[in-house]
Amino acid sequence: MGSLGEEVRLDDGATVVRLLPEHRVIMDLIAEGSRVLDLGCGEGDLLLALKVMKKVRPEGIELSEECIQACVAKGLFNVQHGDLDEGLANYPDKSIDDVILTNTIQVLHRPLLLIREMARVGKRCIVSFPNFAHWPIRWQLFRHGRMPKTGKLPHEWYETLNIHLTTIFDFRQFCRKAGLHILQEIPLRTPGPGRRSEVHFFPNLRADSAIFVLEAGPEMIANPYPSH
Amino acid sequence: MDDNCSVGIVKTQSITFARPPEEMLLECGRSFGPITLAFETYGELSPAKDNAILILHALSGDAHAAGFNHPQERQPGWWDIMIGPGKAFDTRKYFVICSNVIGGCKGSTGPSSIDPQTGRPYALNFPMVTIHDMVGAQRVLIDHLGIDQLLSVVGGSMGGMQALQWVVSYPERVRLAIPIATTSKLSSQGIAFNEVGRQAIQSDPHWKEGDYYGKSVPRRGLAIARMIGHITYLSEKSMHQKFGRKLQDKTAYGYDFRTDFEVESYLRYKGDHFVHRFDANSYLYISKAMDYFDLAQPHGRLEQAFAKVKAKFLVISFSSDWLFPSYQSKEIVSACRRVGAQAIYTEIQTDYGHDAFLLESEQLTSLISNFLTHGKGAS
Repeated sequence: MGSLGEEVRLDDGATVVRLLPEHRVIMDLIAEGSRVLDLGCGEGDLLLALKVMKKVRPEGIELSEECIQACVAKGLFNVQHGDLDEGLANYPDKSIDDVILTNTIQVLHRPLLLIREMARVGKRCIVSFPNFAHWPIRWQLFRHGRMPKTGKLPHEWYETLNIHLTTIFDFRQFCRKAGLHILQEIPLRTPGPGRRSEVHFFPNLRADSAIFVLEAGPEMIANPYPSH
Repeated sequence: MDDNCSVGIVKTQSITFARPPEEMLLECGRSFGPITLAFETYGELSPAKDNAILILHALSGDAHAAGFNHPQERQPGWWDIMIGPGKAFDTRKYFVICSNVIGGCKGSTGPSSIDPQTGRPYALNFPMVTIHDMVGAQRVLIDHLGIDQLLSVVGGSMGGMQALQWVVSYPERVRLAIPIATTSKLSSQGIAFNEVGRQAIQSDPHWKEGDYYGKSVPRRGLAIARMIGHITYLSEKSMHQKFGRKLQDKTAYGYDFRTDFEVESYLRYKGDHFVHRFDANSYLYISKAMDYFDLAQPHGRLEQAFAKVKAKFLVISFSSDWLFPSYQSKEIVSACRRVGAQAIYTEIQTDYGHDAFLLESEQLTSLISNFLTHGKGAS
């Protein structure tokens, strides 16, 4: 799923992790000492960074056995091998402060199920995704009539795992449908490793990715298990 | 035998305790003693006594987990691939203890032991023991070794049941738990296979209500029980890969009931071999202990059983294990999550079925050694 990010030496001087640009933004959103669940935590870099920098209690779920091995090698004690498409049944309601889903929602078979599960389990949800309405993507489709490929979406259409791509506009609508309340929207330009800036004008056109901070809205609290 | 990574020659030791009138109260309500428990140790206990790892074995295992009991021994201990210098349980760093179970027949008190009151083997007068009782006896061993807190308890299959029982019974005394290919309660299917094995033993005419010591033993029954067990320890795929439909020492079907297929020959060999090293009554008692195992039962729910647990968990299952399927390991992890106990869970992809925990595996080795290294350092 896109680039592996840049190598970062954390402030403790000893720990080196690989972070995506959006990881740096997410780190700033996390409160000191909170309980954090990273869904699709990969090799545990974000969790380790949060553990070192924010003294969080890090937890993760990851589909790949090799990634779990890497997490254990990093000394992460709460990582679990599992499939996000099965939901988060292990976790009691509101047992996590921040549930994080970075650059993963587009590969899920049932994104609506998971986002609702995230809002059930977490006090807040932090979701990042590539914005499919970013202008170079529009341009490739419009000008060349070809399936778009970008740095963030580098795969051919026939081998991509990205089955549920979305845009900033569509994601807003999705959150409403899911009964989630949007606390914060952070549209981002991430032109290269370590480089990122927030996009204030025409974000759906100019941002290559976005981070949404969400919580369960009143509608979801009133009706947690709709029939659709 | 590679001298560099073997613990070398080891001697099985034992302790005896619960001598009357200070018998041990068993879960079934009976007081019982004296109890002898066999064990082996590898490596050195640190001066702070904080590097002890207790290894717990499966149904037919014994205290001999690593190295060789004598120079002529052909096979090393049952988990020699994991225990030794530079291995997952690195004996240069850790003091590794492997304890046998009560009810067994490998140096610990069991149905084949002599009842001091009658001077004859207990046979079916031996009390019913449970996983809880096995662990209670091991606790005496750990006291005897002067260890307040174990760095880790580890086991696969029934050994995993004991590891789980340890952290529930003695939460203050375990820092890290590694239950492998196990469950918090034996499934109906598991009980069913155990029952077929017991019926095979009990319907052997030589069994004689368990009173066969000094006479001919129920060989056929025990061998059949072992054959059934072996089928459940392998996956369909690994059996197919190992044997397929290959014929044994012949090129055409015999059209009789002698051995045609390699898989038949293998199972017969495994069954016959087992009879020489295991006691049929011990098989009955230990398999029954597994059936009775239900960690949640005295507490209501599994998370309540874990409510006082202090240990961090590394829970491992194997993708092709249909006897202790992965969902049963996930239930353990779920209960940990619910009470806030720290737990790593991973399912290792393998075709080798339940027996995978006994086989050489880079994944298993690196998971365990990393978990121990980080767990030792963490508060």
